[in-house]
Amino acid sequence: MTRKRRRLVFVLSGLTALGLAALLILSALEENLVFFYSPSDLQTKTIGAEERIRIGGLVEEESLTRSSDGLEVNFRVTDLRTSLAVRYRGLLPDLFREGQGIVAEGHLQADGVFLASEVLAKHDETYMPPEVARALKKSGHWQEDPPEESEAE
Amino acid sequence: MSRLANPNRFQKLSRRVLPWAAGLAGLCLLAGLGLGLFFSPGDYQQGESVRIMYVHVPAAWMALGVYTLIALASGLFLVWKYPLADIVARAAAPLGAGFTLLTLVTGSLWGKPTWGTWWVWDARLTSVLILFFLYLGYIALQNAFDDGARGAKSAAVLALIGFVNVPIIKWSVEWWHTLHQPASVIRLDGPSIHVSMLAPLLLMAAGFAAFFTALLLIRVRSALLARKIRALRLVQAAADPHIRGR
Repeated sequence: MTRKRRRLVFVLSGLTALGLAALLILSALEENLVFFYSPSDLQTKTIGAEERIRIGGLVEEESLTRSSDGLEVNFRVTDLRTSLAVRYRGLLPDLFREGQGIVAEGHLQADGVFLASEVLAKHDETYMPPEVARALKKSGHWQEDPPEESEAE
Repeated sequence: MSRLANPNRFQKLSRRVLPWAAGLAGLCLLAGLGLGLFFSPGDYQQGESVRIMYVHVPAAWMALGVYTLIALASGLFLVWKYPLADIVARAAAPLGAGFTLLTLVTGSLWGKPTWGTWWVWDARLTSVLILFFLYLGYIALQNAFDDGARGAKSAAVLALIGFVNVPIIKWSVEWWHTLHQPASVIRLDGPSIHVSMLAPLLLMAAGFAAFFTALLLIRVRSALLARKIRALRLVQAAADPHIRGR
């Protein structure tokens, strides 16, 4: 084996080992690498009363209610399998509305309501002009947030 | 490959390619910016802030592409010892770091109006920040040794190790729940982005790539010339009787 060949084998095997190690580490850390849990994830997890977590999903259609002073909102977050009631007091991002993907940070209360301290809008990967979106809705070809559905698995 | 690795041949070839790359960069960037900023529609959800994408996405592609180029050149340098491969990797690093910084800053500016936050520690954003630090570490390591050859070798090893991060960045949005949305353009079932927005995006991407090529060629050419000057000075000094006498 020439020196060049030996170095090539060394570099390639080093990279393979490194890739495998990274893969193992990442799969071991899987739990900590997710930015948010879906409502279904929460059912299989035990979470401490004061533990701060993030949950993500779609704002369920026709679940949004505002308090009389307009500051507190109640809505349900769904991954299209299970849903979770969320209460939040504060400013909402512009994209927030029913059907929109969101991520909320806060903690799960004893009564099963998720008290959020921050709500972020999750943007999907679809980009189109408003006219096209209107036309799609009109013709019935509109798909409500396809990425969230696929992400909920 | 070994033909291109010859510095003299590279100088000849790059002198011919350079004006074309620079011209293409100017044309594509001008057309892309014009189309993106003035003649493309706003988004149905994001409104006008969608235009940040025309800088953010090409910068992000370049950040990943340049790192891949550096890793490839580092591999060539470690295995085949082409000096030109080291010079190319060295010349590309600050450009890649610049693209990464641009990605982070424009992403932050887009995140505030869209998500409602400048920054979150999700897998995509964090892995891109790590990429930025990898670039900085790579540049620092190259210059950390008095012996240039040792610096080059250590930095090349670091570049190869850091390459693990590149696929993680690419697929982070699919492997884990992230706030960042999945890919819109490079995906199996075709782009999920309307053609009126895809056109300026692709123009900008071509412009960024040509811009990088032009800058890289200039940097590699001047590095090769600097090396030649150093070699000539050494020859001159060796021929100088005052120095030789000591």
